[in-house]
Amino acid sequence: MDDSSIDAAGTLADPLRRRLYDFVVESGGEVGRAEAARALGIQRTLAAHHLDRLAEAGLLETAHRRLNGREGPGAGRPAKLYRRADRELSVHLPPRDYGLAARVLAEAVERHGAEEALHAAAREEGRRIARGSAAESLEGLLRERGYEPEEVPGAEPAAGCLRLRNCPFHTLARDFPPLACGLNLELVRGMLEAAGEDGGRARLDPAAGRCCVVISKNKKD
Amino acid sequence: MSDPRPGHQLAQLNIALLKAPLSDPSMEGFTSQLEPINRMAEKSPGFVWRLIDDEGENATDLRPFGEEYLVNCSVWEDLESLWDFTYRTDHLELLRGRRQWFDRMDGPHLALWWIPSGTIPSVEEAGRRLDLVREHGPSPEAFTLRTHFPPPSTP
Repeated sequence: MDDSSIDAAGTLADPLRRRLYDFVVESGGEVGRAEAARALGIQRTLAAHHLDRLAEAGLLETAHRRLNGREGPGAGRPAKLYRRADRELSVHLPPRDYGLAARVLAEAVERHGAEEALHAAAREEGRRIARGSAAESLEGLLRERGYEPEEVPGAEPAAGCLRLRNCPFHTLARDFPPLACGLNLELVRGMLEAAGEDGGRARLDPAAGRCCVVISKNKKD
Repeated sequence: MSDPRPGHQLAQLNIALLKAPLSDPSMEGFTSQLEPINRMAEKSPGFVWRLIDDEGENATDLRPFGEEYLVNCSVWEDLESLWDFTYRTDHLELLRGRRQWFDRMDGPHLALWWIPSGTIPSVEEAGRRLDLVREHGPSPEAFTLRTHFPPPSTP
């Protein structure tokens, strides 16, 4: 953890700023000032002020682009767009480094060939999490644990599946993909099972920029 | 390889310790995925070459490191293309389930190294690179996906 992580977390203490941050994250892409102001029912200048503070803190990244697709003279000024930064924040007070511990443990699991034990433990943990949660839906439960579930739109092959926009184990998954993604898959399967659903609905469907786990449509729907 | 590009490409070797002969029913989950995954590798961006035996299908009959070790040797344009194929395709599912079919090995089972573009590594060379990783850990001469090194600068 570094001081900039604490500063960034502090930036989110302002409720309006937090709502703006959530709005940008939930959009799943780039958001303009006017769009954000409209969504929150606030003045454009106020939205711009807070969006820029979030960008200064490294929580959002910015880009300048013309929204109407026009180029050249007379095309107008490009709009400033905001999207969630890739940067990962982890604030523990007093300082703790669970990322380091996770890497060492992952290395040990690999060296020992203990993947099946890891999968079993993750599945049990998933069941425990689900039983201990007051969430009323699978999506609610996933959100509680830091996932960002979204339904795959109708035009795509996996239409109706639940895709997870955020990988809660991103850093570990970069260094130990089979381990972290396998752990994640079993966690989600355990959660499904505790909710009385078929754990097999969750499967790996790897792609860049999102969690590798996809949950197929509930057959009962 | 008639039109070799300047620069370097990435060579890869990994070996896997079989739990049972490939003909054993317990290996069905692996052998049934072998062809589709090989086809997918060949179609993946950045794929250059992979080792196949004289039958021309795969390398499962080649056992240069011992009867119980499968070998997988290939060449890719760069580290990213190999990483994306390994971890961002259905190949990840194969990796996730590998303990059903393969025993744990002491020490590294994979080696990467840079080769001049347009060349193909020999199995002997591949074995030497794996020995390097095993004896000295990752270095510019032989490294891993987790600890890697850039290609040598082109003269």
